Amino acid sequence: MADRQEVTIIERLGTVDRRYVFLLIAVAVIIPLIVHYTTAIPTSAIVQSLFDKIESMPPGSKILISFDYGPSTEPENQPMANAVTRHALEKGHRIYLVALWATGPRQSQKLIDDVIKVEFPDKVYGVDWIHLGYKAGNQGLINTLLSDFRTMYTTDISGNAIDGLPMMKDIHTLRDFDLIIGLGSGFPGTKEWIQFAGDPGDIPVGGGTTAVMAPLLYPYYPKQMVGFMGGLQGAAEYEYALVKIYPKYAMRSRIASTTMGPQVTAHLVIVGFIILGNITFLIEKRRKRKYR
Amino acid sequence: MILDAQPILSSPLANAVGVWIASLLTLMIFSFLYKDNPFYKFAEHLFVGVSAAYWMCVGFWTTLIPNMIARLWPSHMGGVLPAVVGNQREWGYVIPLVLGLILLTRLVTRIAWLSRWAMGFVIGFAAGTNFTRYLQSDFVSQIHSTMVPIYEPGATTAATIGNIFSQIVIVGGVVSALIYFYFSKEHKGIFGRTARVGIWVLMAAFGASFGYTVMARISLLTGRMGFIIQWISGSSW
Amino acid sequence: MKRTVPLIITFFVGIILIIAMFVPHDPFYGLDSKFSIFYDVIAVFAFILGGGNLLKVHFYKIQNRRRDWKYSIVTVSGFFLMLGAGLLKIGVPGGWSGDYQADGSLFKYLYDAAFQPLQATMFSLLAFFVASASYRAFRAKTREATILLVAAFVILLRPTPLGYYLTFWLPKPLQFLHIPNLSTWIMSVPNMAGQRAIMIGIALGIVSTSLRLMLGIERSYLGTEGKG
Repeated sequence: MADRQEVTIIERLGTVDRRYVFLLIAVAVIIPLIVHYTTAIPTSAIVQSLFDKIESMPPGSKILISFDYGPSTEPENQPMANAVTRHALEKGHRIYLVALWATGPRQSQKLIDDVIKVEFPDKVYGVDWIHLGYKAGNQGLINTLLSDFRTMYTTDISGNAIDGLPMMKDIHTLRDFDLIIGLGSGFPGTKEWIQFAGDPGDIPVGGGTTAVMAPLLYPYYPKQMVGFMGGLQGAAEYEYALVKIYPKYAMRSRIASTTMGPQVTAHLVIVGFIILGNITFLIEKRRKRKYR
Repeated sequence: MILDAQPILSSPLANAVGVWIASLLTLMIFSFLYKDNPFYKFAEHLFVGVSAAYWMCVGFWTTLIPNMIARLWPSHMGGVLPAVVGNQREWGYVIPLVLGLILLTRLVTRIAWLSRWAMGFVIGFAAGTNFTRYLQSDFVSQIHSTMVPIYEPGATTAATIGNIFSQIVIVGGVVSALIYFYFSKEHKGIFGRTARVGIWVLMAAFGASFGYTVMARISLLTGRMGFIIQWISGSSW
Repeated sequence: MKRTVPLIITFFVGIILIIAMFVPHDPFYGLDSKFSIFYDVIAVFAFILGGGNLLKVHFYKIQNRRRDWKYSIVTVSGFFLMLGAGLLKIGVPGGWSGDYQADGSLFKYLYDAAFQPLQATMFSLLAFFVASASYRAFRAKTREATILLVAAFVILLRPTPLGYYLTFWLPKPLQFLHIPNLSTWIMSVPNMAGQRAIMIGIALGIVSTSLRLMLGIERSYLGTEGKG
């Protein structure tokens, strides 16, 4: 009788409609968003080394930030862009915004509207930051920029000739940049910046990628890549490092930390699923052995 | 510009309508979780059409106009790109124009074979650049990065033991996983046992990848749920 | 003509780019730079080709009343609406010389109202299927599957408070087993070793495929029609 009951429960658990699983995941994400559950993630070595690189560069250093993603991965990549830009402008570096993805310029525009214009109104366009936009060609574009930056980027995103902008004066090839940061979610992205610019041009490359891409880039660290942020967790770690040194950003630089709340609860639900799935599997295995 | 729609599209009403359209399209996609249905199919097909046109427009205005047309006919660009009007004409850009047009012959069955010439260029470029870049970054540099000293003087005993162990796992892991990928010799004896260790290393890597994939997908879901909550609470985009 | 010319072009372009890597002087260096620019421009024609192909397929479906042909009308309408908005710069402040996706333009409006939510939601759907897969398929059936499961488990627990509280009490000599530390170690040691082996394997595969393409041994990209 007891055995029969056990079978029914296991069978039910094994054949549960996947829509119940979907519902649980939705609830695990929605509730922390409503109650604003946040969590801070201490910075790991790989993220810290990217932070330290930007922190240690002399003011006025030239940083190229490439937006190689689109709306599909905005929740992961945008907090990275915000945190890195905040840090770079705070340190007095000059930032150049480009994109290998056609969807990139909308994301860089978002950064300009949400961070640069709001938090750094004193920074001058063409002197402290510039929006160069997208060019087609994927890795071919990087190859072109490595030998001649101005062949492809003749104007900025609004069609103004770059020759008239002060911060473009010293830029002739990618080698003129002190750091390249590739924020990406696939091909082309951080990997191509390493292969086609960092390695052949001996230019320091850092990055921020979606969590899906992150494990694939570990072999490049630390020799070919100065450091990188992996997924939302990486962004939250960067925010943690930034706020630790610059507490004035405690309120603003917390997008990733805020969205890590639902992340944590969803992880716990999935861990629960894995445990439950394995318990039913083990019981079923034992039962089969018993009746063999 | 053929229509001065800016005041209309920037109005609060247009903004509200836009948020409603975005939210309804979001819900249409989510409806797939219940089962495949006409709303999902509508949104899916709309996405395909809109995406293709988006990429075309962006490519046209960001690359084709400033990097090809403006170089071939700079004096005609006054209305679109005034910054290039005085520039010299660069005849070399006829080559990508011709190759590009040749590529489009693929759409006309009778002369589709011509597109192979452009494909030949694209494939040759990709093969030539990938050959050197992959060899340098993903082969030579990776071997170089694996061969680091196992013992580094100056560290504490615990750290030294930890580093030595980790370094052995890295070197052993890379070698054994590579052995697993080598299929020209039968996986028997020591070779087979090493390949088995290689599988374990690969499994650990795949497990880490799975963990990170879960993380990534949840982040994206959080973004969309945040948007829906904002919509319900009445915020604009 | 149909097969020999593209094979010659592939060989010529590929070899020049390889030589340019080792001899970074003209004429090779100059050609490398020129080829890269040509490639960038041709990439846009590939977008146009993609759009053209899409229309061809959907017009065929509509014309022949194939299955779900009504949805093809949605695809074609969405395509032309977005294309018209972008190419004609509808609503762009500053007219033809303005930014095609400036605030107030129809192109930007359609991007925000349709493209952005559709793309973002389409990708976020995967969260549900990953969760379902972890419940149904993530089982410790073999030793290999157990290793995979344990690694994923530790990585998933890392950002959670549970991951901290489960192991924070461990004595100092065993602190390497504390979940946040263990997670970092998994990522930077076994994961790195596995990914590096895969990377080396892929690199060798790409190098040999590139050689086969340049030497004309691999010709599948030419298709099967019109040999000669």
